[in-house]
Amino acid sequence: MKKDIILSGVGGQGILSIATVIGEAAIAAGLHLKQAEVHGMSQRGGDVQSHLRLSDKPIFSDLIPRGQADLIIAMEPMEALRYVQYLHPNAWIVTASEPFVNIPNYPDSATLKKNLDAFPNVVSRNIEALAKEASLPKSANMVLLGMAASHIAILTPEQLRAAIGRVFARKGERVVADNLKAFDLGRDAARQEIEPES
Amino acid sequence: MPEKKLLLGDEAVALGALYAGLSGVYAYPGTPSTEITEFIQRHPLTRKRGIRSRWCANEKTAMEAALGMSYSGKRALVCMKHVGLNVCADAFVNAAITGVNGGLVVLAADDPSMHSSQNEQDSRFYGKFAMVPIFEPSNQQEAFDLVEEAFDQSETLKLPVLFRLVTRLAHSRADVSVPDAIREMNPFRPEEGRHWILLPAIARKQYQALLGKQGQLEAEAEKAASLEKIDGKGLGVIACGIAANYVKEAAPKGVSFLLKVTRYPLPRNKIRELAAVSDRILVVEDGQPFAEEQVAAFLGADYPVEGRLTGRLPRTGELNPDVVAAALGKIPNLTFEAIPDVASRPPALCKGCGHRDVYKALNDVLSEYPGARVFGDIGCYTLGALPPYQTIHTCVDMGASITMAKGAADAGQFPSIAVIGDSTFTHSGMTGLLDAVNDRANITLLISDNLTTAMTGGQDSAGTNRFEAICKGIGVEPEHIRVVVPQPANLPEITRILRDEIHYNGVSVIIARRECIQTLGRKLRKQKAEKG
Repeated sequence: MKKDIILSGVGGQGILSIATVIGEAAIAAGLHLKQAEVHGMSQRGGDVQSHLRLSDKPIFSDLIPRGQADLIIAMEPMEALRYVQYLHPNAWIVTASEPFVNIPNYPDSATLKKNLDAFPNVVSRNIEALAKEASLPKSANMVLLGMAASHIAILTPEQLRAAIGRVFARKGERVVADNLKAFDLGRDAARQEIEPES
Repeated sequence: MPEKKLLLGDEAVALGALYAGLSGVYAYPGTPSTEITEFIQRHPLTRKRGIRSRWCANEKTAMEAALGMSYSGKRALVCMKHVGLNVCADAFVNAAITGVNGGLVVLAADDPSMHSSQNEQDSRFYGKFAMVPIFEPSNQQEAFDLVEEAFDQSETLKLPVLFRLVTRLAHSRADVSVPDAIREMNPFRPEEGRHWILLPAIARKQYQALLGKQGQLEAEAEKAASLEKIDGKGLGVIACGIAANYVKEAAPKGVSFLLKVTRYPLPRNKIRELAAVSDRILVVEDGQPFAEEQVAAFLGADYPVEGRLTGRLPRTGELNPDVVAAALGKIPNLTFEAIPDVASRPPALCKGCGHRDVYKALNDVLSEYPGARVFGDIGCYTLGALPPYQTIHTCVDMGASITMAKGAADAGQFPSIAVIGDSTFTHSGMTGLLDAVNDRANITLLISDNLTTAMTGGQDSAGTNRFEAICKGIGVEPEHIRVVVPQPANLPEITRILRDEIHYNGVSVIIARRECIQTLGRKLRKQKAEKG
């Protein structure tokens, strides 16, 4: 079994902490993993992405070939759309719905929605609002990870929860508890969106 | 029992060096090599063993200090981005002539596709030029394992070893199996003999000795190359370093044999063997067509060799699984097309960054001088070339702002302004300033001092708190060394000082000093965490 995931967002949004949690869970589960990151100049408010590959067999390429990714996890909707060529037909897009506008030619919300709606498998939620509502403003990225959890499949949500515990342990019990709560919130939010359609 | 760790390619090199008995790392920060030195600085073994690890002023000082440590019998690592090798080329090439005592590994991290660089030069050419062994791992595990072998080989052959990474490996994490055993550090045992004195008579002898070692270098590289049988017939593939992963990812059916190269000089015998069992060869390598050119030359004009030079692979840019699969004849199966509404999102200076205030002030003043030119340099402030500021007219190499402004002023340019960061100034700007002072060049130099090496993530900057003293010592007249705090409220003062110093016919220096808001933010968060 393999899982090829593209994480994307804008520099400074915290996509690498999502990668760190998945990576920690993968190592504990004895899986092979490769994770190509972006460092350097593009981190200054530019678009950033990370290719995360998990497999029970050795992985060769650090980068995911186009047309083979199973999942995009995005902190920002336009940044989710930037990488759709990487997806296979049954892949999922799990994204934050709130735009990060720091360029003059950012597409309007109707255009964004039209583009996103063209994909068969999308979970899109306002993660910042969800996190704020629950008084967890610093854990929006763990809300997003929670939303994506059921699509990561090669790792169970319980394995991801345990990894959150280990990754945030040095920041204290309160931070661990907040991030676990945010993760669970994301899982619920993802389920709620699917329900009306079923 | 071996332990599994999740490591960046850079971190795997760092840990490999620590496990190989490293005594000192010498480096100037540069993407994608920075994380090697940072990892060593943070590692508990560094404190326990007293391993030398502070940042150096530039790559040349780093290389020479590492050579001094090697002279004294200890193992030293020098790390830099590819263009850093240009800065220390004098010391690097001559270190092959003196030879080494303790193992000396020179790590150059190349940046094909120029993710964070001004060119995509391939460091392997430098290795061949200096006639030293080159190691090029294909993955994180090899990055860890090969470092110790590189140190061993450096001591056996008494030569520096060039260790080449590319961005994609440097900045990608994978699980690495790390053994228990950590090698002891070498004892202090300075070299005896006069072969370190490169007077012509001695250098000629040493050069002959270097030539004499080439057979041994080739034999070592030959031993390390592996020829792997694949299913097909006809096409033989030579894959260098990380390229081997892309070839395997494509799982090519038509390939007869795969020759994976992780050491240079190129293994000529294995290449001939491959040629004999194939009817044509594809060379897959990240960076420039270094191997392809040589393979084509070994095999002669009649043997078909393909790669970047023949257009089978793109001539520029980093490799990826898609271009390699295409070169192997695999047609991609794409479902979704790129979305035209997605706009590009270039990086920008952070909100609240002092460089912004510097450029705002410069734009205000220079609007009064239509012919003004601003010579820029390497760092975050290079983003002053992009909207909304578009202030700088050039960016070439570390330190070139000052010397180009001087040369342009020599030619009649006025105003001739240079903008340089604090760390770039101590890296390569100071000597240029001395030239400007000696010539009484009519330039205005802005040192945008944010107290750190910000571009690469906030490393210590070599001259912090000493810039006024440095400029004075170089000979800039004290009344033309001005210090301002770049923030919006001070704009009137900054623009006034700028006008005054542009009018002054000679070298003036304006130091615009305010801490990088990224490092400041980190510091404040840390303080808060410690209190709370």
